[in-house]
Amino acid sequence: MTRTPVEGLLRDLAPQVLGILVRRHGDFAECEDAVQEALLAAAVQWPAHGLPDHPKSWLVTVATRRLVDQVRSDVARRRREEWAFAATPADELVAAAPGERAVPDSDDTLTLLLLCCHPALTAASQVALTLRAVGGLSTAEIAHAFLVPEATTAQRVSRAKQRIRATGARFAAPPPEELPERMRTVLQVLYLIFNEGYTATSGASLQRTELTAEAIRLTRALRRLLPDDGEVAGLLALMLLTDARRGARTGPDGELVPLAEQDRSRWQTMAIAEGVELITATLRAARLGPYQLQAAIAAVHAEAPTAADTDWPQILSLYQLLSRLFPNPMVTLNQAVAQAMVHGPRAGLALLATLDGDERVARHHRLYAVRAHLFELAGDPAAARGQYRRAARATTSLPEQRYLESRAARL
Amino acid sequence: MKYLLIIHMNPANWEALPAEVREAVMAGHEEFIKELTGTGELLGFAALADPSQTRTARVRDGELTVTDGPYLEAKEWLAGYYAIEAETPERAYELAGKIPDAKYFAIEVRPIMASSGLEM
Repeated sequence: MTRTPVEGLLRDLAPQVLGILVRRHGDFAECEDAVQEALLAAAVQWPAHGLPDHPKSWLVTVATRRLVDQVRSDVARRRREEWAFAATPADELVAAAPGERAVPDSDDTLTLLLLCCHPALTAASQVALTLRAVGGLSTAEIAHAFLVPEATTAQRVSRAKQRIRATGARFAAPPPEELPERMRTVLQVLYLIFNEGYTATSGASLQRTELTAEAIRLTRALRRLLPDDGEVAGLLALMLLTDARRGARTGPDGELVPLAEQDRSRWQTMAIAEGVELITATLRAARLGPYQLQAAIAAVHAEAPTAADTDWPQILSLYQLLSRLFPNPMVTLNQAVAQAMVHGPRAGLALLATLDGDERVARHHRLYAVRAHLFELAGDPAAARGQYRRAARATTSLPEQRYLESRAARL
Repeated sequence: MKYLLIIHMNPANWEALPAEVREAVMAGHEEFIKELTGTGELLGFAALADPSQTRTARVRDGELTVTDGPYLEAKEWLAGYYAIEAETPERAYELAGKIPDAKYFAIEVRPIMASSGLEM
C-alpha cells in the first residue's frame, strides 16, 4: 500500500474538508459519511481524469452533494432537513467560496482529533474513527490493517458517531480544564496506531506497517498545530526513533531480533537525526512528560554505535526519573534491565522482585522474559530457561513466543 | 485483545432440557449476535454440527486415514464459538457470561495469538 501522490493529497485534505462541512451543517456523523464518499469518488476520478483545479473545493462540493442526497433520502429526517436547509444559504450548499472561512483549517483538524478521541468511546472506536475522519483512510483499509472484518470496523465507526452524538459533544474545542486530559487521550490513540503498525512482523503486514507512517504523519500535523507542546514533540521523537529501527528488528523469516543484536547499520540515520534533534530541543524548552523521557531513552540507544557502547548510566537515570514522575510497572521492568547493566544482574533482579505482588504485571510475560534475561546474565541458565519457557507460554504473540522459545533452547 | 469464546456442551444434558429452555437458548444467541455486532466486538462465529457428524482425519506414514467420531473421548463437545475483540479480559468474561449456554454448560475464554510482537 505505497501511497500515491493523489492518496497523499486526499489524506491531507480529508480533515480540512470535514471541518468545513461540519461547520456549515453541524452533524458530524452525516458529514463524515459524506466526506468518505467524496474521498472515494476522488480516489477513482482524479487518477483517471487528472486533478481538479481546486481539489479542496471539489471535495467540499461533492461531499456537500452527498450530504444533501443522504438527508433527502432519509424520510425520517425530513423535518430536520427542512430546518437545516432553511438555515443554510443556497449557494453554500453547492460551492465553497475560497477565502470565506474565518477559522483556519488547522483548528478544525485539532477539533476533529479531539472529537474522534472522545473519552466516551472505546479505544478501538477512537482509533477507527481517527483514521477515517482525520486520516482519510477508508473503512476497508482500516479493517485490513487491524485484521478485523470490514463490517466490524464499519460498525465501530458508526457506533462511535452515535455515542458522540449521545454525549451531546459539539464540534468545538473542549473546555480548557478538560483539555490536558483530552490531549492525553489523543496522544494515546496516535501511539496505539503507531504500535499496531510497528509491531507487525510478517504476512499481512504491508498494510499494517503503513499505520506507522500514518501515525507519524498525524503526529507531525498535530505538532504543527501545537509547536510548544512538549509531549506532542516527545511522542513524535519517540515514533521517529523507534521507527528508525524497523528494518533491523526482524530477521529474514520475520523473527524478532533484540535491540542488543540488531545490525545498527540498518537503522535509519535520517530519522534518528531528526528524532534526536527534536527531543534535545524539546527537553530544553518544554515541561517534562513521559513521552519526552521515553524519547530521550530511545535517543541514547540510537546514538550508540554498538550495543556495547550504550550509555547505560544515562539510561538508568532517565528511567529513574520516569518512574519517579510517572510510576508504572512497565517502566520498572525496563528500569530493571538498565539497573542490571549498570549495577549487575542481581541488582536488576532485586528491582524486579518489587513487582511480584503487582497484579498488573505479576503474570505478564514481559516480567518473566526480563527475569529470564537477567538470570542469563547472572550465569544461572537453569533459572533463565524456566523463566523463558514461562514467558513463552504467557505471551499471546506468535513471534514473541518463537523468540522466547529459541532463547530457552539456546541455554 | 482478540479472544475465542468456546462453547462446550453435553448433548445428553442438552436433550434433557425442557423445549422452552432450548428455544430460549437459541433465541438468546440471536440476541447475543445482535448486541455484539452493534458494539463492533464481533469478529466471527460458528455453530457446529452434532458430534455424531464428526469424522477425524490423521496422516500416518504419509497415508491419510479418516475415522468416525471425534478425536477427544469426552462427554462434552465443542458446540460452537464466537471470535471477539474486547477492550479488557474482564469484558471478554462478561461477554462469555452473556452467551445463553453459560447458564447450563461452560464457556472457555482463550486469547487468540497475534502475528505481531515487540523485540525484547
